Amino acid sequence: MQEGTRPVDNVGLVEPQTAHFSDTLALASGSELHSFDIVYETYGELNKERTNAILICHALSGDHHVAGYHTPQDKKPGWWDNAIGPNKAIDTNRFFVVSPNNIGGCSGSTGPLSKNPKTDKPYGPDFPLVTVKDWVKTQAMLADQLGIDVWAVIIGGSLGGMQCLEWSIAYPDRLKHTFVIAAAPKLSTQNIAFNEVARQAIRSDQNFNEGHYYETDDKPELGLMLARMLGHITYLSDDALDEKFGRELRDGEIKFGYDAEFQIESYLRHQGKSFVGRFDANSYLLLTKVLDYFDPAGDTEGSLAEAMAPATAEFLVISFSSDWRFSPERSQEIVSALLDADKCVSYIEIQSKQGHDSFLMPIPRYHQVMSTALDRIAEGLGIA
Amino acid sequence: MSLRTDQALIAEWIKPGSRVLDLGCGDGTLMAHLQQHQEVKGYGLEIDEENIVECIHKGVDVIQTDLDKGLSEFNKDTFDYVIMTQTLQAIRYPDKLLKEMTRVGREAIVTFPNMGHWKNRIQLALAGHMPKSKTLPYEWYNTPNIHLCTLSDFENLCATNNIEILDRATVDHEHQSSLGMKLFPNLLGEIAIYRFRQND
Repeated sequence: MQEGTRPVDNVGLVEPQTAHFSDTLALASGSELHSFDIVYETYGELNKERTNAILICHALSGDHHVAGYHTPQDKKPGWWDNAIGPNKAIDTNRFFVVSPNNIGGCSGSTGPLSKNPKTDKPYGPDFPLVTVKDWVKTQAMLADQLGIDVWAVIIGGSLGGMQCLEWSIAYPDRLKHTFVIAAAPKLSTQNIAFNEVARQAIRSDQNFNEGHYYETDDKPELGLMLARMLGHITYLSDDALDEKFGRELRDGEIKFGYDAEFQIESYLRHQGKSFVGRFDANSYLLLTKVLDYFDPAGDTEGSLAEAMAPATAEFLVISFSSDWRFSPERSQEIVSALLDADKCVSYIEIQSKQGHDSFLMPIPRYHQVMSTALDRIAEGLGIA
Repeated sequence: MSLRTDQALIAEWIKPGSRVLDLGCGDGTLMAHLQQHQEVKGYGLEIDEENIVECIHKGVDVIQTDLDKGLSEFNKDTFDYVIMTQTLQAIRYPDKLLKEMTRVGREAIVTFPNMGHWKNRIQLALAGHMPKSKTLPYEWYNTPNIHLCTLSDFENLCATNNIEILDRATVDHEHQSSLGMKLFPNLLGEIAIYRFRQND
């Protein structure tokens, strides 16, 4: 990106910040973290009353860099820049947006790449498995540090939506509204099955070495690439792939070999390779487990309505017609439970072509729904 | 935000503080009115995206729903009233949905265009074509109104299904009522409004 060409509705240059927590964190697994860091970004200004804060919860491979640019040379802005900024759906002129990177990831918050204070070496595979509950707990600790008692809204797509649900159960008094987007109340058997294939791809890579690969130059890149390629297919719809690539051949003719011949093959390989450059295999393994374990109804004998009983937030549940990873039916399970539990909830299924990834796309109706809801919330706060 | 007369009548029938489900709630006008003026709580069900956005704008909790798929999301007697204005005639199985309404709500209220209105009768009997009017503006081939009925048809269905009618009113297309309509509702009423419940 060139200086001076930045669009006016962009938050501009942003600098990630780090919050350090020196208290021991007891994890759902029974393990402990003796101290940890959370890297986060903020956009907009916290008002005097501290009532205009929005928390963005990221999905599997997301991070804290949600909007704006880190340097003027950055080619791409943060992963949800199309929705967050001045006068955008999530309007930073009115709201103070906070986006942390969850622990266990590999973008700066404490995770497998971080130094284990006990050994002075990276945790690697010894980093304890964490859960959505643990994440939400750490996000609440960050909120404490930032002086935010109550979030105006907590917004999350996919795995981020699961964090929204957990927030509303675990800290009902600390959020007024939540947008649960392209989410599910728990993974389906098929979802877990896909995750297991991804994990096996990584774990069977000959460079994996049970997760102890940081000391060598040989990383389990092939396995991580395969895992991402598989994941990527599940994020897109059949129609979206067909529309984008069809059966188009790279060189215009069949070569009778195993090089990438079809465009879709080279696209997937490219996606896999670029992911390897920015993601750590141990983190990826851990994150798939976070997804697998999430099941709030597991604590209430399978009743999601009962699990949601403590919630007091107003819910906006959004699904996408072409999403088959977390289909509209999965969102309807959430809505159904919320209706059973007599909660304030609105639900809309957005017509889209891009599959699960739709939640990252600037679909006009989708952004209109969010901005309409946020207008009303801003009005209630007197910041419209 | 002003109410149509059929909506205003419904608002009169609904006790303050009730729990209400509005089927085919449109842009949420009625629910918003009930929430603001009668401390009513509840949800609107709507299929149209633009209407859903309008409901969100008005602060009405709205669930995108295809009413042809029933109300299985909801348990028995969850609401004091289940309302459906000007939608019954566009439903695939009106008889089943009426039963669903009386299952989910202790009482139900519907409004629908009366096919027995004298202008409709004349158009079919004398002019020999499907009736068109301000309340029924469509051609026969593009109308969403696939299950039109008269007041007697509706009352017969209620009798068959052991549904007790608690209240009845009719209005014209300007949503006004008159003495004539009270005397000859099936002939002079353009829009019918019923409050009813299931008898065990």
